[in-house]
Order: sequence, then C-alpha cells, then structure tokens
Amino acid sequence: MSGTFAPAPGRAPMRTVLSSQIRMELVLTARRGEAVVLAMGVPLLVLLGAGLTKVTNVPGDDRLAFVVPGVLALTVMSTAFTGQAITTGYERSYGVLKRLGASPLSRSGLLFAKTAAVLGLIVLQLLALALVGVAVGWRPHFGQILPALGITVLATAAYSGLALLLASVLRPETTTAAATLIYVLMLAAGGIMFAAPDLGTFGWFVLPLAAHAEALRDTLSHDTSIPLSIWLSLALWAVVFVTAAARRFKWE
Amino acid sequence: MTDDAVQVRDVVVRYGDTTAVHGVSLTVPRGRVLSLLGHNGAGKTSLLQVCEGFRRADGGEVRVLGLDPMGDHDELMPRLGIMLQSGGVYPWATAGEILRLFASFAAHPLDVDMLLDRLGLRKFERTRFRRLSGGEQQRLSLAVALVGRPELVFLDEPTAGMDTEARHTTWQLIEELRADGVSVLLTTHLLDEAERLADEVVIMRNGLVAATGSPAELTAAAGIDLLEVRAEPGLVPDGRLAHLQVTESSPGEYAIAGALDAATIADVLGWFAATGATVTSLNTRRRTLEDVYLALTKAEAYR
Repeated sequence: MSGTFAPAPGRAPMRTVLSSQIRMELVLTARRGEAVVLAMGVPLLVLLGAGLTKVTNVPGDDRLAFVVPGVLALTVMSTAFTGQAITTGYERSYGVLKRLGASPLSRSGLLFAKTAAVLGLIVLQLLALALVGVAVGWRPHFGQILPALGITVLATAAYSGLALLLASVLRPETTTAAATLIYVLMLAAGGIMFAAPDLGTFGWFVLPLAAHAEALRDTLSHDTSIPLSIWLSLALWAVVFVTAAARRFKWE
Repeated sequence: MTDDAVQVRDVVVRYGDTTAVHGVSLTVPRGRVLSLLGHNGAGKTSLLQVCEGFRRADGGEVRVLGLDPMGDHDELMPRLGIMLQSGGVYPWATAGEILRLFASFAAHPLDVDMLLDRLGLRKFERTRFRRLSGGEQQRLSLAVALVGRPELVFLDEPTAGMDTEARHTTWQLIEELRADGVSVLLTTHLLDEAERLADEVVIMRNGLVAATGSPAELTAAAGIDLLEVRAEPGLVPDGRLAHLQVTESSPGEYAIAGALDAATIADVLGWFAATGATVTSLNTRRRTLEDVYLALTKAEAYR
C-alpha cells in the first residue's frame, strides 16, 4: 500500500503543535484588531481621566503612581478574562472547539495555547499603555521588574482559567454578559480609579484585580517588594481556576 | 481484543428521557468501508459521537483502534480523521490557513497543495471560512479530516450540501482511501452513496439496527421482484399463477410481482407460451437498496 492516502498517522512534536495553534490564535486576534484597540480604550480613558484630572480621589500625592499600575492591571484582566471568555464562548458555539478536540491538539494543549497567545497580546498592550503613562509623566522603577512580570503571569493564568471555565459552563451570550458584568464590577471595586474598599489582607483574596494593581504599584511606582499575601492570593486564584478549567473544559 | 478498526457492542445513547441509540452492535474491519444508513433522527450521529469520544455511551462498549475513545482520547486522536456534520472552523480564518493548521498537527501530513487541488479548493485558499458555500465548507472539512494521514476516518454525511461534481470527487476520494488501506465509517441518508461506497451497510431505524449486510446481500435477499412482459392484450391468468400478482397495467403490458425464482419465472413464461401469446418484450427488475430501505422504514411509519 503506497498510495497517496496510505496511513502514516502520528502527532507532530508537541512544540510544533502548540506553536502553530498559538500562531493561529494571534493571527485571528490581529484580524479583529479594531476590537483589540477598542478593548484598550477603557484603560486609556481611565489612565488619562483619573491620572491627569482630579475627578476621583486617589490615595497619596502622586496620582500617576497610583493610576498607571492600576490601568495596567485592568488591561490584563480585560484581555485575559473578558476578551478570552467572549472569544472562547463563540468558538464553542461555532463548533471550533469541538473540531480542535477531534485533532492531535490535546485539551491541555488548547488551554496552554490560548493562555500563551493572550499573554503575548498582553505584553504588547502593557508596553503601549506604559509608554503613554511615561509620556504623561509616570516615572516607573525597574528594580522590581521581575516580580512585577511574575505576578502578571500569575494573574493572566488565573483570569484565563476563569474565562475558559465560564465559557465551558455558560452559553456564549450568557458568557458575554457575565464577563462584561464582572469587568465593570471589578473596574468599580478593584481599586483602579479610586482606592479599593479596605478589607485588609482578606481583600487581596476576593479582589484579584486590586491585588494585582497593588503589586504593580509596589514594584513599578514605589520600587518595593510584593507582599506575601498578594503572591498567595494570585497563586491561589491561578491554581484553582486553571485546575477547574482543565477539569470542566468541554469541547462542545 | 480483535484488530478491527471499530468495534461497537450493545451501545446505548440517551438524551434525558429520549433514547437515541437502543443497543447497537457493529464492526468495521480494517481497510473496509462501513456505511450507517438511516434518515434523520435514526441515531447515526449519536453513535458516531460515541465512537469519536465526544460523549460517553450510556451502555455497552466501544473500542476504536483497540482504544477507549474517551479514556484514550489523546492517544487516539492523531490516528483518526474526523469530519463533523457542519461548522467546526474559525469563521475568520482562510481555507488555506485552516488546512495548514491541521497539517502542522500531524507527524507526516499530506501535501496541502495536493489536497487543495484534489478537492477543488485552490481558488478558495485565501477565502475566509464564513464566505465559503455549504458545499465548499464540506470539502474543506473533508480535507481537514484527511490531512493527517489517518488510519481510520469518521465521515458524518460527507456529501451533504455538495453539488453533483463535488459528490463524485468525494466518492472517488473515499474509494481511494479504501484502496490505500484506510478504514472508513460514514453516515449517509443517500442510498446510492451507500450502495456505491460501502463494503457493508448498517441500516438504522429509531436507534436500532434494522438490517446489516453488503449492498449485494441486502438487495439479493429478494432477488428479482418484478417481471414486465409485453404480449397480446386481454390474457387472463390461470390457477398456476395464483400466488403471484398479475396486473395488466395497460393493454398488453403485464406486470408480475412476487417471489420470482427461476422455477416461477419458467412457470410464468410457460403460461404465456401455453396461451399461444407472442411475447415481444421481457424485463426483470432487481430490488435496489432503496426498496430494502423503503420496506424497512415503511413498516415503521404505520406502527
């Protein structure tokens, strides 16, 4: 049997499989570039509005030192959680996830590729917003840049896990509504435009956005280390939701 | 465990209170084409979903290439080619991007350009999936199923929505797959498709297997079932044809229906000869798969 279709099955090296899936995710994201730019509109408005005017009360004298890191954290949530949940919900309804399920890309492969693609996009968005921040007068420190990146990866994994979980258990329309609602609630209560409700250490565990924003403020604006409670909070969020997504994630 | 490509034993699939598949058993030997035939709602797709590992059977057992489609999902998928009934592709990706994506998942993929040409998709290489017609989307789905050089393919209504030309191209491809040693399990409600492609046909009705056999076995079971004779008008059959239905549909045109084995046909012609008639034309009609299918499904309609 030497015909054209003679069977020769097998999975390509996992690195190849993952990199082509990540590339596809990024190509499709670029194809709806206007949505990505629009998604940055809210963080940009917050940055300029709350950073340069006195429409809100923020703690401390340096408005930008408070607002810019918060906006960076908000962007991470917007892309890794809201955007990811909505896109994945629709991919499920188009049957795309089902089709990928019937391919050598495994479930963990898809979850990894989606999270990695989102991380790549976030890096670009954060660079753009940080540059705007610097242009209007924010003066970041780089002594704690590695912890800042580390906590951002944890936050991305946690949001991405929650997004994939939500898209697994809800219909796409409901996913869109829920993801948007959570975004708005977090924007209001997450300590971005004004101080988060003071719940002490407990607050970092219920408001991951506030915890992430505080961590970025500590490192980038104040050149201090991240409190252990914030590391614990975001690590817990990441472990819980990535595990839940891996367990509950459905192809159909 | 035998070396069959697919082994389904007493499989039951339920959706809430509805039972879609009521205990079906079938086997696809290696390198063979099995066609699941039945109309919509017969349980074909539900059974296929179980074989593809998309849902667990509510009863019975399924082995695909000797593996459990749910438990051994990651090990099995690289060896399968799956064509879903519809959709399943990023609407904003182009046909070429999609085919290359799935090709990149495989260790030894087929040549993507060859597949695009064979399936007439070359001119749509840069067209986004959502702009393709239903038939074009189907052809792309077929290409995606084949690109990884699988040893077993599941095709769910592969030619649905295709025009005649695409349908024939697809049939040729499936024949080539079989010739190259690929095992195929396909569903269809098209009788000519099943008759042309399948080594074995399993007719499903209301979640049960209504009949199984090669197309020849299924149709030969009844042999010749109609004899059409042209002779002088107004002949009245006598007693020896009493067990047959003889009708003179128009003057001089006789239709004789019943179990027509060689001896009975000899009796019929013997009677024409005995009346001194001049027989000017004689036609036999063999049962087609369609007759078998209609007979099986009609029984259902009156129940």
